[in-house]
Amino acid sequence: MVAVPLYAQFINLLAAILLLLAFAMLAQRRVMSLIDLFAAQGAALSCSTAIVAYGTHQPHLYFSAGLTLLLKVVLLPWLLYRLIRKLDVKWDVEGLINVPTTMLIGLVLVIFSFNLAVPISELASTVTRATLGIAMATVMLSFLMMITRRKAIPQVIGFLSMENGLFFAATSATYGMPMVVELGIALDVLVGMLILGVFFFQIREQFDSLDLKHMEKLKEGE
Amino acid sequence: MTLAGFLSQLLQLAIALVLAPLLVGWVNQCRAWLQNKTAPSILLPYRMIRKLFFKDAVVAQNASPIFRLTPYIVFGAMCCAAAIVPSLATDLPFARAADAIALVGLFALARVFMALAAMDIGTSFGTMGARREMFVGFLAEPALLMVLFTASLITGSTSLPSIVDTLAHRDLAIYPSLAFAGVAFTMVSLAENARVPVDNPATHLELTMIHEAMLLEYSARHLALLEWAAALKLFNYSCIGLALFFPFGIVVSGTDWLALLGAAPALIAKLLAGGFALALIETLSAKMRIFRAPEFLGTAFMLAVLAMLVNQLLGA
Repeated sequence: MVAVPLYAQFINLLAAILLLLAFAMLAQRRVMSLIDLFAAQGAALSCSTAIVAYGTHQPHLYFSAGLTLLLKVVLLPWLLYRLIRKLDVKWDVEGLINVPTTMLIGLVLVIFSFNLAVPISELASTVTRATLGIAMATVMLSFLMMITRRKAIPQVIGFLSMENGLFFAATSATYGMPMVVELGIALDVLVGMLILGVFFFQIREQFDSLDLKHMEKLKEGE
Repeated sequence: MTLAGFLSQLLQLAIALVLAPLLVGWVNQCRAWLQNKTAPSILLPYRMIRKLFFKDAVVAQNASPIFRLTPYIVFGAMCCAAAIVPSLATDLPFARAADAIALVGLFALARVFMALAAMDIGTSFGTMGARREMFVGFLAEPALLMVLFTASLITGSTSLPSIVDTLAHRDLAIYPSLAFAGVAFTMVSLAENARVPVDNPATHLELTMIHEAMLLEYSARHLALLEWAAALKLFNYSCIGLALFFPFGIVVSGTDWLALLGAAPALIAKLLAGGFALALIETLSAKMRIFRAPEFLGTAFMLAVLAMLVNQLLGA
């Protein structure tokens, strides 16, 4: 067996946890727990970024780890919690497909993205290249979550967790993006979240519900 | 066949037969403590079995030979499984006869005969229990196979003793795939041993029981054997889990057979910890509706498959 440095083993473990959390989000029925899972995913991401920074001596990655921690573990979950309290929407999340079927589709997606990642990660030279497949699987699973959920807030959480996956892909394939890009993305996510929060209030005022199937009626009514 | 192998085989079987009811007693005791109840004696399962052996058996008039044979078949299958699973040592002469897949087959054999016997008398409870048992079993079996395949992929063999040999000899490294497989295995064992999230072993409430519903028509020595077999099944599952995920203290091949003296206390200590963990899980979780079981076991299957995939991708 090839000796893998200890920090790379930790990154592999955190990558596996990230994948597990993505599946847990797919299966979760309650909005509040969904937010907790999203925060946990952010924490795992932040940890793995910090370990990559330690292992490869890339000090700028410490900043992005700190930024992830601040944004995705503290700020965004807090905003979401506040939003849910204000909108008073603690109902169970309605999925379009039942949970076991969603899981099976998720498994197929994981196999697909693992296969897709193999040739790419052969070209990469980083220690963490093996985790690229997991990062892509996380993106795919979040995408699946956005497709299968009917209500607005789970869709937004899916969108945010997709960004987590992309960020993880960036750190595992190329040791992170330049600082300016990362700051820009972080700001984008934050502003996007704020705008979506305003949207939620507008949607609810129009339709008395956050169920997005009412949005489809707009077209039919014309 | 070496003398040491023969000895360890015999010792292991004897320990399994003796410790299995004690393990059930220990789990019940822990559960009572955790729920603030007065705990029954740890020897209660023994007394139960002894009492049942001294009673006269009552068999329904329309019972077929299957009904009479089933306790012996189930008990025999569990004894065979106890001989295959390396709980004390990996140098087992008998274990060469069957690998991990055959082990799952042994459990399936016991399950099929239990279900047949439960339907044999024709009472509605027995039939319902049998149907539910098969319903849980057909979902739990593939998940168990996937867990064992993950261990096989890591070690390159499907024979349980060599899997444990390799796992015990490896360098200390983090295996995310083994962690996944461990969680999946825990979920499968809960379902297979009729434990709380899927079935409640302590109740005879007609709407919820699975395992107990199948035993309703049995009495005396037949019932004693089936209870003992159920205890052995729990013991076997615990030993598979301990051997795969905590293979410390098991005598690996090539060491002095005197090391067996150290392996037995290690096994007992691990079983005590495992039994306490089982009681903790049972106390913390509530029983699910039976139609939630597919979701629970589907998650276990998914985790096991993920373990295999992650193992392929990360090579760990």
